Amino acid sequence: MVKKTLIPIGPYHPLQEEPELFKLYCEGEIVKDIKWETGYNHRGIEKLSEKKTYDQSFFLVERICGICSTSHPFAFANAIEEIGNIEITNRAKYIRSIIGELERIHSHLLWVGLAGHFLGYNTVFMWAWKYREPVLDLFEMISGNRNSYAMFKVGGVRRDIENNKISQITPVLDLVKKKTDMLVGAVMDDPVLHARTKGVGVLTKQDIIDYAAVGPTARASGIDVDIRRDDPYAAYPLVNWKVITAEKGDVFAKAEVRLLEMYESISIIEQCLEGLKKEKEGDINVKVKDIPAGWGTGRAEAPRGEVFHYVLSDGSNSPARHKIRAPSYTNIATFKKSCIGQTISDATISLAAVDPCYCCTERMAVAYDSKTGDKILNGNELIALSAKKTQNIKNQF
Amino acid sequence: MNTDEILKNIKDKFNSDVVDVFKKTETRATITIKPESLLKIAEYVYKDLELRFIIATANHTKKGFEILYHFSKDNIGLIANLHVILPVEKPEIESLSNMFSATNWIEREMNELYGIVFLNHPDPGKLISEGNWAEGVYPYRREFK
Repeated sequence: MVKKTLIPIGPYHPLQEEPELFKLYCEGEIVKDIKWETGYNHRGIEKLSEKKTYDQSFFLVERICGICSTSHPFAFANAIEEIGNIEITNRAKYIRSIIGELERIHSHLLWVGLAGHFLGYNTVFMWAWKYREPVLDLFEMISGNRNSYAMFKVGGVRRDIENNKISQITPVLDLVKKKTDMLVGAVMDDPVLHARTKGVGVLTKQDIIDYAAVGPTARASGIDVDIRRDDPYAAYPLVNWKVITAEKGDVFAKAEVRLLEMYESISIIEQCLEGLKKEKEGDINVKVKDIPAGWGTGRAEAPRGEVFHYVLSDGSNSPARHKIRAPSYTNIATFKKSCIGQTISDATISLAAVDPCYCCTERMAVAYDSKTGDKILNGNELIALSAKKTQNIKNQF
Repeated sequence: MNTDEILKNIKDKFNSDVVDVFKKTETRATITIKPESLLKIAEYVYKDLELRFIIATANHTKKGFEILYHFSKDNIGLIANLHVILPVEKPEIESLSNMFSATNWIEREMNELYGIVFLNHPDPGKLISEGNWAEGVYPYRREFK
């Protein structure tokens, strides 16, 4: 009988920037089985949302993800506006799409950098993150924040992008386009990256359908799905763009899809900025009196794929039930297909290829007994429990 | 195939299993079905009508435990919800995870949060609560007066 070796990645590991535990069961260099443990990150956001007003919940859902922080408010706004049958102004639509696409650019740049880092190609990491900075500066100029922009609200957006700011945005887009050319050249033409990523971590069309994976993960396997086109919202029906797909389903295809999508994002932003010039400045809100009873399902295409929010309203000013599904929830599960049979070094980039986001995937915690209202754990007890769990994991290895 | 045709097909094929069909808009619809018919209707929706599973939402209401299985028909932007209501005394329903893997995690999560039992689940271990909270504590259950 061949002895299997257990290689742990996590709960805290420099390879992944968030807490999770992958257990790789290996025979020699080959990964034979893989298990995932989670639960390190739960914050109870679905339940918390029921205790907050709709306006407050925007700030809450914005904190689900630290990278694509606007994708959740986007889907949440779509859900609430569906319940209330609210049509927002064109200017608000353009601003929402601009924020969404700027975020896609900085998120994809972040992934390209991390992918380079995982492969030991740190030059790509430093380039990608360097040219992500001007995009974050744009966010700071528009919203006052580099991340968690607080731009969305029911019925529109909180801040306008005044027409005199447009001339400051376009040079940054030109710079990002130029640097994307450079990154595309560095990634797509590099024989070493080809050798490390082609045929690695392949997900077939059937795998994608089986796991219901979404976003660039699905599009890289030839599944032509993009919520911006399929279930149109914001300004996406008002501008011209195309959905990028690839066929091979390997890590290279996922990189290709993300890199080429950045060009589409830049094009969308440029068209939206043109659209802004035709709309009246300051016309960014419609008055919303109340949210009637009913249900709404909102979707948005985040950089990692479809974000889904289901909101049940009882006519009060808080959701009666708020269900959130982040794209990583379905995408991470595909590791069973992409990693088994790979070498350990290929498994790490295969895990990273779906651009996993653990803080999106987990959003639950319990501190009170629902029956008695008694506190089950206080802060110190939680820390002690966490330390005990870590010790148990250490003892296994 | 448009929304009306999809709803009509489900209704015609599973007439006695469908309790109610509610078309909210051209792209949003809910089909309430008997819980015991979930497996065959979900199979038809997934395999024959080729809808993509998005996620399932459980909710504890006065009627019992309600589950909405959200499916998407991407080429027409449709979200079709299969809706079941389970009695509080015996919240059990057949697992869909033997048919496709996408429900594997969410069924385990609903089990941990609501105590809903998914029968014949291929991988019934805990997803999020292992070592994190006590057995038999279901934090998303509600109290009704």
